[in-house]
Amino acid sequence: MIAELGALALALALALAVMQAVAAGLGAAQRRPVLTGAAEGAAIASAIAVAIAFAALIHLFIVSDFSVSNVAANSHTAKPLLYRVAGAWGSHEGSLVLWCLVMTGFGATLALGRGLPFGLRAWATACQGLLNAMFLAFAVFTSSPFTRLDPAPVQGASLNPLLQDPALAVHPPLLYAGYVGLSVPFSLAVAALIVGRVDPAWARWVRPWSLAAWSFLTVGITLGAFWAYYELGWGGWWFWDPVENASFLPWLAAAALLHSAIVTERRGALAGWTVFLALLAFSFSMLGAFLVRSGVLTSVHAFAVDPERGMLLLAILGVASGAAFALFAWRAPSLQPGGLFAPVSREATLVLNNLFLAAAAATVLLGTLYPLLLEAATGQTISVGPPYFNLTFTPLMAAAALILPAGPLLAWKRGDLMGVLQRLKWAAGLSLLAGVASLALTSLSAAIVAVGVMIGAWLILGTLTELVERTRLFRAPGAEVWRRTKGLPRGAWGMTLAHIGLGVFVLGAVVETGLKTEVPSVLSPGDPPVAFADWRVTLDDVRIVEGPNYLAEQGVFTLSRDNGSGARAVTAERRFWPAGGQTTTEVGLDFRGLDDLYVVLGERRAGPEGQPAWSVRAYHNPWARLIFLGPALMALGGLVSLTDPRLRVAVTRRRRS
Amino acid sequence: MIRRLLLTLTAWCALAGAAMAQDVAAPDQPLADPQAEARAQRLFGDIRCVVCQHESIADSPAGIAGDLRRLVRERVEAGATDREIERELVERYGDFILFRPPFNALTALLWGAPFVLGLGGLAVFLAWSRRRREPVQPLTPEEEQALAERIRPPSD
Repeated sequence: MIAELGALALALALALAVMQAVAAGLGAAQRRPVLTGAAEGAAIASAIAVAIAFAALIHLFIVSDFSVSNVAANSHTAKPLLYRVAGAWGSHEGSLVLWCLVMTGFGATLALGRGLPFGLRAWATACQGLLNAMFLAFAVFTSSPFTRLDPAPVQGASLNPLLQDPALAVHPPLLYAGYVGLSVPFSLAVAALIVGRVDPAWARWVRPWSLAAWSFLTVGITLGAFWAYYELGWGGWWFWDPVENASFLPWLAAAALLHSAIVTERRGALAGWTVFLALLAFSFSMLGAFLVRSGVLTSVHAFAVDPERGMLLLAILGVASGAAFALFAWRAPSLQPGGLFAPVSREATLVLNNLFLAAAAATVLLGTLYPLLLEAATGQTISVGPPYFNLTFTPLMAAAALILPAGPLLAWKRGDLMGVLQRLKWAAGLSLLAGVASLALTSLSAAIVAVGVMIGAWLILGTLTELVERTRLFRAPGAEVWRRTKGLPRGAWGMTLAHIGLGVFVLGAVVETGLKTEVPSVLSPGDPPVAFADWRVTLDDVRIVEGPNYLAEQGVFTLSRDNGSGARAVTAERRFWPAGGQTTTEVGLDFRGLDDLYVVLGERRAGPEGQPAWSVRAYHNPWARLIFLGPALMALGGLVSLTDPRLRVAVTRRRRS
Repeated sequence: MIRRLLLTLTAWCALAGAAMAQDVAAPDQPLADPQAEARAQRLFGDIRCVVCQHESIADSPAGIAGDLRRLVRERVEAGATDREIERELVERYGDFILFRPPFNALTALLWGAPFVLGLGGLAVFLAWSRRRREPVQPLTPEEEQALAERIRPPSD
């Protein structure tokens, strides 16, 4: 009954989305508010219908209704509640309903968005309705999660144990909020191209949406990286794996879009480019969905893969992006060119930022698709992995990082480069010092780490310099500094946080990657300690523990400094999941300041005298904490910036006039 | 108590079975010289585990990854250079084995595009800024004359 209700709600949502697209399109073309009003109603109703379908799906998973094939394939009665709920979006069908939920939800918010000019809102609602209709049709006709199974099995096949993890339970909703959030800038861009006007008011509307989507993507990607770090059990957090790249592409495009929309908003310039990025960002989202779902790429993150339906996603991508970019090619030349600016100005640094981000995104795209295209064209197989991206992507981002601190310090239109460099001299000097210090503390072979430390310090100190300048810290009396600090808009705080977060991430990433230590060994309980970096590990005991739906060997380790001080007990597990017959690892993580001590319990094997022994890998990951703290700061910056009342004030003010 | 014992027994069997079912890598024996071991581990990151998903042999529990790690450690200990080891692997498994694709006619676009885009974009930017910086050419007397005529206020 509930399953049929869900299927019905999903079909209804599709009908409503079609209605939304048609009514909004007609209403916009004939300028009839009755029709666009109906379209807005349909948009809201469609979102409610998808929400009902989604609630029905979650209900089916919670009660373990195995007469529904999707539940039978992805759930199990012994699974804890959280993972039964998360199972609802653990499969292709379920995740598509989640995608539609986010998309119609954003569409409804857009339809409710007061203050947008009539034409822009109507066309954007029409475009959003079309996108909704395509994805809902895909869900209803090829991927309904409500299909019944006869006879119903007594027990389900359970969710892939790798996915039964708190971070990964919330990872897809966050990632999808980001991916699909970019559909709103896409629709607004299409609407602007049809109306033929891209002005600062339009950019003001695009910015909060891209900011929100980008922040969600940042959190979603970081959670995925953190999951890989502690769940796959090899200490890696970013593999330049195709699926990771697929999520990184919309992130890069959204980051570029955020910055170019600032120029369009403040100075009316770069209008065409901002529109292009808005189209590109969501196209990358759809490309990502296709790459991940179709399984054309091999990846450690690929779950719920289905080639045939993947091709349909490719068709949706082709239709939506193809039409949008054709519209762009046709209409963009007629867009009004915006304000002029000098080569040394804030606009110019934002142009350079976009140049490097775009080149970096192109590099990631090329590196991801090249092996596929080359094999299709010539049959040659190659692998494109970390060394390629370190040699190409990293220099491009380093160039962007070098100019970053100068941007906020430069004036709009025409800046004073010498003055800005003068103000950045402390930041530059201290960063150089940090680089030299790290070179002295490590070895010449770690010179690349020193360069990375220098760039990370430059980003943090350069951003702080701007904050000091704006608040006149160290120069004005305390009361004035306080007044200025309070007076700083939230947008400025958001930018400062995000840029510092980037610096923090760079520091963590280069230090962890360049200086980590891995020591493999075979240990029996009670063996003498094994040294790794300045630390040592002993295996005290291995015992069997029962989880709710798994059995595990749990290793009890003691981690201490070389001299035996600072000892702490840590457990690591090797879990066996009877439902699917898989094994997974739970690493032992010990946070030591910014560093991680990371222990993995491997397979059981016979020791030298036949006694039971386990292969154990111990890692010292210096500054690993910063890798995840940095993106958290960046996302926080995005959210702080979103709360800036100026984003709303401007809209109300314009409406009054 | 008996239930607990039985459960433990089942668990051991299950875990042992799982370990046997997977093609598990032999335990890693790190090299005695920490610098050689560090070099070997750096190499592991660039070598693909050919039977895995997108994983290097540094990140894979598969048997072949363990075999390749042992092979690389042996070659590092024997004094082979990074390039020599990579060449030997490519001879055996093809270009697919290395995460750093070779540079040749087929991959020129892959390697070239990032730099062409980055540097090309920068060149366009610099050309634009140079054009912007050119001093304004003073008008010729004839042009001044023409301009004056055009902007002259309408006289009656």
